[in-house]
Amino acid sequence: MAEVDIKNYCLNFGPQHPAAHGVLRMVLELDGEVIERVDPHIGLLHRGTEKLIEHKQYLQAMPYFDRLDYVAPMNQEHAFCLAIEKLLELEVPERGQYVRVLYCEIGRILNHILNLTTHALDVGAMTPITWMFEEREKLMEFYERASGARFHAAYFRPGGVHQDLPPDLLEDIMAWTETYPQMIADMEALLVDNRIFKQRNVDIGVFSAEEALAWGFSGPMLRSTGMAWDLRKSQPYEVYDKMDFKVAIGNAGDCYDRFMIRIAEMKESLKIMRQCIEQMPGGPVMSVNTKVAPPRRSEMKRSMEALIHHFKLYTEGFKVPEGEVYAAVEAPKGEFGVYLVSDGSNRPYRCKIHAPGFSHLQAMDFLCRGHMLADAPAVLGAMDIVFGEVDR
Amino acid sequence: MVEALYNLFGGEGPFLYFLAITASIMAVVLPLTISVAFAVYFDRKIWAAVQMRRGPNVVGPFGLLQSFADGIKLFLKETIIPAGANKAIFLMAPMITFTLALISWAVIPFDEGMALSDLNVGVLYILAISSLGVYGIIMSGWASNSRYAFLGGLRSAAQMVSYEVSIGFVLVCVLVKVGSLNLSDVVFAQEGGVLSWHFIPFFPIFIIFFISALAETNRPPFDLPEAEAELVAGYQVEYSSMAFALFFLGEYANILLMSVVMAILFFGGWYAPIPALDFIPGFLWLFAKTAIFFWLFAMVKAFVPRYRYDQLMRLGWKVFLPLSLAFVIIYSGVMVYAGWLPSHG
Repeated sequence: MAEVDIKNYCLNFGPQHPAAHGVLRMVLELDGEVIERVDPHIGLLHRGTEKLIEHKQYLQAMPYFDRLDYVAPMNQEHAFCLAIEKLLELEVPERGQYVRVLYCEIGRILNHILNLTTHALDVGAMTPITWMFEEREKLMEFYERASGARFHAAYFRPGGVHQDLPPDLLEDIMAWTETYPQMIADMEALLVDNRIFKQRNVDIGVFSAEEALAWGFSGPMLRSTGMAWDLRKSQPYEVYDKMDFKVAIGNAGDCYDRFMIRIAEMKESLKIMRQCIEQMPGGPVMSVNTKVAPPRRSEMKRSMEALIHHFKLYTEGFKVPEGEVYAAVEAPKGEFGVYLVSDGSNRPYRCKIHAPGFSHLQAMDFLCRGHMLADAPAVLGAMDIVFGEVDR
Repeated sequence: MVEALYNLFGGEGPFLYFLAITASIMAVVLPLTISVAFAVYFDRKIWAAVQMRRGPNVVGPFGLLQSFADGIKLFLKETIIPAGANKAIFLMAPMITFTLALISWAVIPFDEGMALSDLNVGVLYILAISSLGVYGIIMSGWASNSRYAFLGGLRSAAQMVSYEVSIGFVLVCVLVKVGSLNLSDVVFAQEGGVLSWHFIPFFPIFIIFFISALAETNRPPFDLPEAEAELVAGYQVEYSSMAFALFFLGEYANILLMSVVMAILFFGGWYAPIPALDFIPGFLWLFAKTAIFFWLFAMVKAFVPRYRYDQLMRLGWKVFLPLSLAFVIIYSGVMVYAGWLPSHG
């Protein structure tokens, strides 16, 4: 009998694919509908951020961080600011810290809204995304009112935040936190107990805590295995140690757990936001160290020294003492870290960015192997991938 | 209907008969095509309302002409044929789908005596045509020379075959009660108001029929052949312009057909829910019932996620098939032993 050569079916998933979450390209080897191998190809959104940062002054490098995980811009800025502040040994005034925490939690909700609803979209539920994106729009308005930009805010600066919050903003955010739980409940009603949604997510993409650690997972991915690891709790930065909140964990390590964890995290974020607003102290939002923080406009009209500082800061920038430092924040997707090396000049010598999505994406092969084709978008959706930070 | 027209024209010669046939076909197809256009609009509006959007609202008053604008746009576009495609089959597939979606309507009785062809095997005819419908999809999936389309075509074939089985068994139950394959007879058997409609004796399997109809027409949660998240657009992925429009229209004509079949089989066809309301023309009642089922189709689309391929197969073969088969056996057994079978003189 003649020898028959049987080949697996090779499917090119992306980069122009509605469920590729941007520009992911996966080469799938299929045996019928069963996935035999996944080969994720990245780099289609590579912009050389890390290298560009080496050629920019510290302040000029800030906006690049908005463009990493563009779903929750301020959380990335935060890590970079913390790294610079660590090197400069700069204190952030308390009000600045509260504003930062408030906006980080807004960023977390921004991210989770996008992820939860697109995850639902990936398994075929098309309604949640239109319901929840209205809320996302409101949050972006809060971004805009504080920083002037809906999206790429560049609001966090070394030493604090760029400007104080306008009047009434805190009241409006507070009012929003009262209405938002109803929206979460509406979304839960469509998905959480839905049999089809459960069938599509329970026991899909399972991994153990050991595997998660070995692959370098963090954030909701790690917590879905039952590890209560959250940088906000384990190594608190800013005023997180004063906040009363819980860390949501799962136990099965599957896509459904990740979904539920993100819902729980949104509720905890609301709690943190309310506490921030209630405890919000007065005072400056920006460090008064004039070598780093720019002077106020009004001061520049009167003080020659302020004018000089302003000129120096916006031409030469500030110098950061020699050294290296690693600063990490609990970004919505996991541990977002910045490893910063300074040679004492006004530009970073090296800025290595640790993006959680990058570590998560490398596990795509072992998470999808043996699952059906339709599970790949579910696994990818629950992984929470944004290509801005994966490709950098 | 044809005979009536023929007599109206004078009742002489083959040419007039041909004319009568053409006129009655037009009388079914034209309103149908227009209803499909508005069904698409209706579907989009319902979907938008659930999702707190506005839906089409620009073209014409309340966006009513949106479907026609889309149609013109698609008509004016270039038909792109992919390089490796089998041209003949590629172009034939949408035509087959659209034609099959239209010719099933030949046996639908819109009112008493108002069927294009009052076939004695009307139910079988509908089953046969809807089984053929899968060919258009398989052919398009194969001829597109695209891997997404190919997978979509395969999925669709498996899906339609699986759910036709349970639809068939549900139909058998109805036929056992009615004792005729003629769709008009099925409606006549439900005369006398809402209490004698079939959905009461056939309550559980009526739901099986509805869900199978969703699967048969590739609607969510069974829209795997065109699953956006996995297969982009499945078998339609390489189609553009009129070829795509034919698929699209065919799909909606099929949904309307399923709605109207459900109204005829289980909800008394053209009869009013209360006999006192019979003065309202029967086709209006049928239209209203069809619209309600279409609304259900649209609502399901807005609310549910999508099944995975193996789950869909499991539901079809391991849940619906045994259930409907058991119902057929129990129901016919009861009918035979109680002597309730309709008598044929």
